[in-house]
Amino acid sequence: MAKKRKLGRGVAVVGGGLTKLGLFKDRNSKDFFSEAYMEMVESVDKGLDPIDIDAIYIGNFTNDFFVNQAHWAPIISDLVGHVPKPVTRTEGACASSALAFREGVFAIASGFYDVVLVGGLEQMSKCSTEEVAEGLAMAASPYEVAAGFTFPGVFGTIATAYFARYGATREALFDVTIKSHTNAPLNPKAQFPMTIRDFMNARIGRCRQKGEPVPNWKDEKDFLRDPVVNPPIAWPMHLFDCCPISDGAACLLLVAEDIAKRFTDNPIYVAGIGQGSGYSLHAKKDLTSFEATRAAAQEAYEMSGLKPEDIQFSEVHDCFSMAEILHVEDLGFFKPGQGYKAIGEGQTRLDGPKPINTSGGLKTKGHPVGATGVAQLYEVWVQLTGRAGKRQVPKPNLRVGGAHNLGGTGGTCTFTILERR
Amino acid sequence: MNDKPFNDHSYEEFLNEWKIMGSKCKKCGALSLPPRPICVSCFGSQMEWVQFRGDGKLAAFSSIFVAPPPMAKEGFGRNNPYIVGVVELPEGVKVVARITGVDAKKPDQIKVGTPLQAEFLQRGEGPSKQTILAFKP
Repeated sequence: MAKKRKLGRGVAVVGGGLTKLGLFKDRNSKDFFSEAYMEMVESVDKGLDPIDIDAIYIGNFTNDFFVNQAHWAPIISDLVGHVPKPVTRTEGACASSALAFREGVFAIASGFYDVVLVGGLEQMSKCSTEEVAEGLAMAASPYEVAAGFTFPGVFGTIATAYFARYGATREALFDVTIKSHTNAPLNPKAQFPMTIRDFMNARIGRCRQKGEPVPNWKDEKDFLRDPVVNPPIAWPMHLFDCCPISDGAACLLLVAEDIAKRFTDNPIYVAGIGQGSGYSLHAKKDLTSFEATRAAAQEAYEMSGLKPEDIQFSEVHDCFSMAEILHVEDLGFFKPGQGYKAIGEGQTRLDGPKPINTSGGLKTKGHPVGATGVAQLYEVWVQLTGRAGKRQVPKPNLRVGGAHNLGGTGGTCTFTILERR
Repeated sequence: MNDKPFNDHSYEEFLNEWKIMGSKCKKCGALSLPPRPICVSCFGSQMEWVQFRGDGKLAAFSSIFVAPPPMAKEGFGRNNPYIVGVVELPEGVKVVARITGVDAKKPDQIKVGTPLQAEFLQRGEGPSKQTILAFKP
């Protein structure tokens, strides 16, 4: 029986910042982090004196590879005037900054610090697509890489196992993609703020302009079935199943619960926090589930005393459409084998009973890998503080949201529950 | 063969001899492929070598159309996709491998559950010799 874990003292989120995501070849990681940082400072209702920040935890996966520069902690410290106070970099592949958040929470919960900045950054646009793929593959297992797997290939493989077990087809993936792209235009920071219908219209417009035959798709799914516009990457993963390459940074200001009201009248509290590790593909008992997600979720649920049905909305790590289906099952929102049906029924739409990826998710918002964990928690904070604008979850008394972050091929997963009291 | 360490290097050396070798925990009998020095079922560290028969069935797969640089060098890519998969062995473990002898351009015709037989793809010669585990119907 696992020990029921509690934080030594409560921790609250009182500010946040996230860059507009996309590809910005004329800017670098420092520019991204300063953009997120300045938004965070502005967002603290009652003001923040940056001198009060005791420590910084910063997630970055592999700028070492992407821009040939390691040791980002002192660079960030220098950037925001934090020298000589401590900055620590965390790495957990695509879950790097969720680990920074977690370390920041523990640092405050232990009583050691009162005010901690947590964040993440990644700069991917300096590399070619092939180079990015090579860099990301460093987070897969050596056995997978040796056999010729790519990241889309791992999730494509998982998809065939899921399809064979539960009778789903590729059409189920379309429901995820269409839903994510429906939320995208509502998020001003999204890299692709377009619905699938927008992509269709853009393509039709280009064909007309060039005098080429105009495609005659009957609906969004018909568009996604067309290999000309949606070619296979790692079958059954196609282009529109895969998140983009992105630059960006995100940060959140964490403070001890007992001083939170000094910063805002509306602190968002850390209700539960969990982290797990997982086997690579060949050693997994179940190819249709991530044990790391299940362990992280169990820890977060036990700590918070909340159940999956209490989570009113959640960000989940949709690096690939298939991943989102597994996550909503592993997090307990839907039973194994039922996730794709629930998504198909619209249950995870913004106006559905369990909105998933209100931000548009990694697929449309963008996935600067080391920034993603905190960017997801930023979305939850934005929703719970009522700052989400057009994508605000339309529920009365929105109080509890979750963020699930996955690193590598499920090797590191986190689940964090934030709560407005 | 018994004095080889239970690690990736030994596994690769055995592949070069066209043998699929894993470890068996002497304490609890758990099998591992590739071999492990520490049993993840009982934490035992006394291992013995086990040779796997080399047959299995396809548990899951993907057809890769966008190839990583090492595979692109072998000529794979958009017009020449290749298949990778997870193969379930009758001994009760799974392994990731290249899947050959199927049409990677028609992945929708490949069935999970297909019986497979191991084959060994050799790359390079001498000290740089590398053997890639593959399975075919």
